[in-house]
Order: sequence, then C-alpha cells, then structure tokens
Amino acid sequence: MTTTLSTETPAEAASAPSRVRRRVGDRLLFAYTWLIIAWLCLPIAVMILFGFNDTKGRYNTTFQGLTLKWYGRLFEIPALTDALVNSLIIAVLNTLIAGTLGTLVGLALGRYRFRGDGTTNLIMFATISSPELVMGASLLSLFVASGVGLGLPTILIAHVMFSISFVAVVVRSRVLTLDRYIEEAARDLGAGPWSTFRLVTFPMIFPAVLSGGLLAFVLSIDDFVITNFTAGTTQTFPLWIYGATRVGLPPQVNVMGTLIFAGGLLIAAGNVIASRRRPSSAR
Amino acid sequence: MSRRLAPYLLILPGGLWLLLFFVVPMVAMLSLSLQQGDVVSGYQLTWHWQTYVDGISNYQTQIVRSLMYGLVTTVIQIVLAFPVAYWIAFRGGRSKSVYLFLILLPFFVSFVLRTISWKFILTDESFLLAPLKDIGVLPADFHILGTAVAVIGGLTYNFLPFMILPIYVALERIDPRVVEAARDLYASPTQTFRKVIFPLALPGVFAGVLMTFVPASSDYINSEILGSSSTTMIGQVIQAQYLRSQNYPTASALSFALMAILLIGIFTYARALGTEDVLKVAAR
Repeated sequence: MTTTLSTETPAEAASAPSRVRRRVGDRLLFAYTWLIIAWLCLPIAVMILFGFNDTKGRYNTTFQGLTLKWYGRLFEIPALTDALVNSLIIAVLNTLIAGTLGTLVGLALGRYRFRGDGTTNLIMFATISSPELVMGASLLSLFVASGVGLGLPTILIAHVMFSISFVAVVVRSRVLTLDRYIEEAARDLGAGPWSTFRLVTFPMIFPAVLSGGLLAFVLSIDDFVITNFTAGTTQTFPLWIYGATRVGLPPQVNVMGTLIFAGGLLIAAGNVIASRRRPSSAR
Repeated sequence: MSRRLAPYLLILPGGLWLLLFFVVPMVAMLSLSLQQGDVVSGYQLTWHWQTYVDGISNYQTQIVRSLMYGLVTTVIQIVLAFPVAYWIAFRGGRSKSVYLFLILLPFFVSFVLRTISWKFILTDESFLLAPLKDIGVLPADFHILGTAVAVIGGLTYNFLPFMILPIYVALERIDPRVVEAARDLYASPTQTFRKVIFPLALPGVFAGVLMTFVPASSDYINSEILGSSSTTMIGQVIQAQYLRSQNYPTASALSFALMAILLIGIFTYARALGTEDVLKVAAR
C-alpha cells in the first residue's frame, strides 16, 4: 500500500513544490504521531519510575534516588496483597467460565443460522456498548432487590457477564473463516460429532479461544466500575488503589502495576508468537 | 443429538447468563426506579414517575455538564486521533503493527492507576509543574488539578485509543487506487482529503464516537480523581446515591435516564449522518 501511494502521479511530478510540501507534511505527521505515543506512555513511565523511588517518608511524591527495595517488600501491606489475590482469583475464574461460555456462543453464532441469533447478537452488542456504570448499577439493583449478599461471587457473576460477549465476538469471527469441508471430511471418515469437535474444530479455533480468554482476563483484572458496584466490602486491586488515593499511594502499588504491565507484555508477545507459528503447523 | 438443536444447546449457558445478569437486572433497575420506600422497611412498586422528574431537575447541572464533557472530549479526540490513524494507515509501512501496539500500550496498566498517575503529574508541586513555575513559564499560582481542563484531559487520554483504532481500520480499508484516481483527476491534496479520504473514514469516526462518547460521559473516575466539586459529573452522583446514600430509587432513575439520553443521542447522531448501517455492521 505504501509503495503504490508514494509512486508519483503525473499531477505531482509536474509540480516540485507540492512534493516538497508533501515531504514536510510527512515529517510533521511522523513527529506528531510520536508525540501522541509519548503522551500515551507518559503516565506509565512515571508509574514504573516511582516504583524504583527510594522514598523516605510515607508519600511517594518526589524522586529521591533509585532503589529496588520495594520489589523486595512487595507483599508488606496485607490488605493490598489480599486485594491483588482477589483480583487474580476472579480473573482466572472469569477466564475459564467466560472463555467456555463465550466460545460456545461464538461457535453457535458463527456456524448456525437459527431463530434468535439476531436477538443474541443484539444483546451482545448491548453488553459491549452499554455504559459500565449502568450495568453495574442494574446488577446492584438486582442484588438489592433479591437480597443477595455482595462479595467475590457477585463480582465474578458481573465479570463473566461483560466478558462473554467479547470472547464470543472473537471466536465467532474465527469460526466464520473456517473451511467447513474439513469437518465434513472428518465426519465422512467416520468421526463422531464429539471426536470431530475435539480433533478438528477445536484445534482450528484454538487461537481465537486463547485470545478471547486473554481478553477476558485483562478486562477482569482491570475492571473498576462494575466491580465497585458489585463488591460490597470485598477489595480488588483497582478498588484498593482507588480507596488509597486520598491518603497517598505506597510504592508497592507502582511495583505491582509495573509487574502486571510486564506480565501483560509477555503474554501478548507469547500470543503473537503462538498465533504466528500455529497456522503453518496446523495446515 | 439432532443438528437443529445444536445451536440452542451451545448458546444456552452463555445466553442464560446474559439473560439473568444483563437483561433481568435492567428490568430490576427500571422497576426499582418506580418504587418507593427505604432500605429498612423495603420497597413497593408504586409507579412513582415523580422520582425521574425530581432526579433530573435536581441534578440537571451534572447531567448537562457530563454531556458537555463527553462531547468536548469526543471532538478533541477526533482531531487528535485522525492524523495518527492516517499516518499509521498510509505511511506506517511495515511498522504498522508496532505503532498499533504502542497505541494500545496504556491498556496494560489499570485504568485507575493511569488516572492516578496523571493526578501525580499534574499536582501543583509536581516534577513537571514545579520547574516550569520556577523558571517563570507558568505563574506561581497556576494550577490545573481540580479544573475542567484536567478532567477533560483525563477523559481524552483514557479513551483516545478507542478513537484511533476504528479510524485506522476505516482508513486501512480504503483502496489506494481510489486515492490515486482522485490525484489523476487533478484533485489537490486538500481536495483529495476532503472529498475522498474523509468521507470514506466516516464509519470509523462513527464507531470511535460510539466507543468514546458513551463511556466518557458516564465516567466518574476521572472527575473523582482529577476534578473537584465544580466538575462533578452525573456518574459520581449515581455512584454516591447507590453506594453512599443508598437512595436506590433515585439512583436507578438517574442511571436509566442517563442511558436513555445516551441512546437517544447516539441514534439521532446515526440518523443525521445516515449511518444506521454502521450500527448493524457493529452489531455483527
């Protein structure tokens, strides 16, 4: 695409000034794009840097030299550690439950035309585009009306609810690109429905299931708004940070944020490598 | 197992979950907004529409302010995002995926943590503002935290990738031959942009607006962390009514009203642009 665009059209070759202007424009655009990227990354850099801050007092506000001590004293605040553990438990369970349910929905929508598929698509679109605030508020209304106590189970219910649609969308788009004859061939060769699924369909959609599951994990561990409404007194990592903002954040928060950031990068890199290798070995 | 039953069996668990925990709660919320009573003695459905009238008139300022912030944020985002999306789509070359990855980088850090990081950068004595004040670039009593600028800045920052990506996708789909044809027909670069590229990018802009205006105007984290009492948004009111005052009918009425306003806004906008098809595409 770039090469076709940069070849000179007759109109352009005729006028040298326009070419110069275009080159200047390109430079400006390039600089501008990097400026925006720098802006997007600035708070992350600050977060990482202040995790290495050798702060003396209670407040982690001025930079006082590099240290690794906060990495060693990562789990020194029990409430924060508990909150992080809660977040991880919910994220893992959410990945498993929403991953499974979302995959099934994605399979159904990608493979079959049936009565109610339009409604399902509409509801999924609604869960993706509704304000989180309204979804959290409505769940709380339901829990209040039915007298359910709030805690880890209600948070998990909420997270699975908003993750299913994302997983389903990812899986459905993969299923739509699959060659159906491969499954028919398996059936012709005597494979039953279950073996066809296990040996043929599932390996083919696995990359999508994996990305869907990762998406569910990330959405869950980062969620604040819906969790805020459905948690009661239970703390998760984002809720604890939010509550601690007024009194000042301990450096451990920066360290945990940095580690989650690094973990996310590693998983994303692994996913890219896996999805690059898979198509060549699967076909 | 009959093949006709298969899709229903596949969809059953997930569909039931969405029905029970998305559709039913919406109905529960609507019903709660029309009930009267209190936490101790319980609530009764009395079709008390007055709650809506009172809620909306009491918090008119915050509702209007939230919509204004959402609107300003969205417009700024379109202006900021378009050149970036344009650069990546047309000049990104082989590094397209690298650029996209960098744009998505903030999502690896919690939303709350990113916003707090901004608070930290923007406090009056921060490492950024203090030196600028010392050398006299900024007046000594300059402050940005607690102002509408900080809140809108935070909102713009947090949702910008959601505007860049859809515009990028739309630009990326443009057939380069169409652009070439425009140039061959002696369209100036400006004309090419205005008459060819921009109209073709509109579906992306629309999707971006959908993905940023709704969360921005219903957000309460940015205003809570970066704002002050003069920037209170409707999200904060709803959150406080639910979780602090436990005034459930008013809170439900306000959140239902907010959703209705946002939906009406989106559909009017879709109709005005004649892009109802985009909604169908997005829903697919």
